[in-house]
Amino acid sequence: MKLLIKNGRVIDPASGTDKTLDILIDRKKIAAVGSKINDKTAKVVDAAGKVVAPGFIDMHVHLREPGYEHKETIATGTLAAAAGGFTSVACMPNTSPINDNPGVTHSILTEAKRSARVNVLPIAAITRESAGEELTEMVNQAKAGAVAFSDDGRPLTNNQLMRRAMEYSQMLETTIIDHCETPDLSAGGVMHEGDYSYQFGLKGIPSSSEEVMVARDIILAESTGVGIHLAHLSTRGSVELVRRAKAKKIPVTAEVTPHHLLLDDSLLEHYDTNLKMKPPLRDKKDVQSLRKAAKEGVIDVIATDHAPHTPDEKEVEFDQAPFGIIGLETCVSLILDRLVREGILPLSRFIEMISSAPARILNLTDKGKIQPGADADLTLLDLNREVIVDVFAFRSHSRNSPFHGWKLKGAPEMTIVGGKIVYHC
Amino acid sequence: MAFNHKHLLGIQSLSAQDIRTILDTAESLSEISSREVKKVPILRGKTIINLFYEASTRTRSSFELAAKRLSADISNFSKATSAVVKGETLKDTILNLEAMNIDAIIMRHASSGSPHFVSSFCSSHVINAGDGTHEHPTQALLDALTIQQEKQTFKDLKVVIVGDILHSRVARSDLYLLKKLGAKVVLVGPPSLVPPAFKKYGAQIDYNFDRAIEDADVVMMLRIQLERQKRIYFPSLSEYHELFSLTPQRFSRAKHDAIIMHPGPINRDVEISTDMADSAKSVILKQVENGIAVRMAVLYLLLGGKEREITD
Ligand SMILES: [Zn+2]
Ligand SMILES: [Zn+2]
Repeated sequence: MKLLIKNGRVIDPASGTDKTLDILIDRKKIAAVGSKINDKTAKVVDAAGKVVAPGFIDMHVHLREPGYEHKETIATGTLAAAAGGFTSVACMPNTSPINDNPGVTHSILTEAKRSARVNVLPIAAITRESAGEELTEMVNQAKAGAVAFSDDGRPLTNNQLMRRAMEYSQMLETTIIDHCETPDLSAGGVMHEGDYSYQFGLKGIPSSSEEVMVARDIILAESTGVGIHLAHLSTRGSVELVRRAKAKKIPVTAEVTPHHLLLDDSLLEHYDTNLKMKPPLRDKKDVQSLRKAAKEGVIDVIATDHAPHTPDEKEVEFDQAPFGIIGLETCVSLILDRLVREGILPLSRFIEMISSAPARILNLTDKGKIQPGADADLTLLDLNREVIVDVFAFRSHSRNSPFHGWKLKGAPEMTIVGGKIVYHC
Repeated sequence: MAFNHKHLLGIQSLSAQDIRTILDTAESLSEISSREVKKVPILRGKTIINLFYEASTRTRSSFELAAKRLSADISNFSKATSAVVKGETLKDTILNLEAMNIDAIIMRHASSGSPHFVSSFCSSHVINAGDGTHEHPTQALLDALTIQQEKQTFKDLKVVIVGDILHSRVARSDLYLLKKLGAKVVLVGPPSLVPPAFKKYGAQIDYNFDRAIEDADVVMMLRIQLERQKRIYFPSLSEYHELFSLTPQRFSRAKHDAIIMHPGPINRDVEISTDMADSAKSVILKQVENGIAVRMAVLYLLLGGKEREITD
């Protein structure tokens, strides 16, 4: 089965391409990229006026399966991903059971084969039960299909263990991803510590909670020489630390979420639990700093930290609500409208941050690029289509999004995974 | 007198004029409490729920008496008697109460913002009787009524609030109210309990009580407790007592006509010495008395007028 994508504006950050081209897909791979490709046996997709990009990769997603299927499943989460323009999602291990052994990775991939719309890339735990005490069998987990390791949600505070995990991981082509939080500084906190937390009477999570761990990770990356990826950075202090580390060629990469790029702590005045997540929404200066860092490449990746919770779980007192919001179905339109269209983030830089950069960090050598031989994962964008975010129309099983009702211009048009159209708006 | 609010969630959402309206109304209603028959039929037929998720005999009784003096029917619900112990969510509890055709919910809750959450989905009036470490608007209003009776004006008064500001909803509501009415507010306590962020809301901050109390018109002491988890904020009650308790020596630095306030319940000889609490300068019991008047005023202004326009 061949697919010919005609006359699209092909933007491929890996090769620096931005021009009108045709792409021929043969089965699961890209067969040819060029102008005026003709193939009478191929099904033609007219992409005139549309942007054709390497398939988007969300390297930070919580699919909740196994164990929390009332929040999300592999089926619903990947349906949401496809509709959001993502061709691959990397899923965090804080399921029940925690993905700390090859059996869980295997079962996630088995279920993905059965029900997933897009590629599912399991991230396994660094430590057993993510309890921060003993290493997991990293090599066996990688053999089972784990693409990276993280104790996301359960901050790994044991410095010695983090150091040894980084050292041990050198036997693999893999990445350690750290959720940077110092629990004794964030204890009891439910929002950013600042003028607003004092005003709203909510216990704060200081910026230092994140920055202490960012500094720790950078120091370990320098001393071990092993790379580390910092999840969902939220403060200007973290940005400064990463900026300095990169200037010193320390192997560190970083990600930011759409919500940390767009929202700030002043919005919590109505105690909306759909604005409660970790790390928390920081202040306006932090938002500015994150935007600049994204544009300049200090932050490498945009990832959603899609964290589904049911309405029942979220419709409670603010301090009792679980942390996390969903993002798969809003990410692309939010960034296109609020950052790209506003001239804050160039389109090609956005595409790089959400395709080739995560592919590089996750060692996905056949993804994140448009060239012959690469996986036929593509995301088509319509920069002019207007959408209104409607949480009740989400494919996700949950609707804990603060963006309900937002009017946005620019949206995913079509999602192609392994040569198959999995979403067409 | 226009008072265009559906709920009383906090002082921050009130204008200076709103506050004056409540205080004036309280002044005129306070006379009812000194009658032989302490009852007027203004809120006859109205049903009010006193929903207290935190124990507070004083505030709960004060609201209860205020409601009864206006002839409203009032029922008390506590955490222990409600279905919360059976795992019912706050939202379900409120929806069940509303199914009984109530008019207002007076709410005390340990979670900051819970009255805001409730007001987002319920149709009754919501009155915040203290939420977490956020606000306690009727306490600030009764404090203001007391200060007004003693000092006649707020303009340029120096009010010193001493204690655990970080965890105090009373301090927050008092600060917001006093700034709206033109007073000068100095927050005093150990730096770990007095966040500099309050400067943004108009407060001055001083870690030295002896210096801060100079020329004070009002000295407001907050209850201090030392649970285990608070030992990271200050080491011992005796060191705290030495630095921040109100003693006659310290009080002598304030203006000669200064008054002593305390939201209660007081810890004698911890944050305030017994002779100070019982002195002629203390208006602590007057605050309690005024509590009923301002709560009557709030209930009257929110529930009393039938044709009043609701704009928020
Ligand atoms: Zn995380
Ligand atoms: Zn996460």
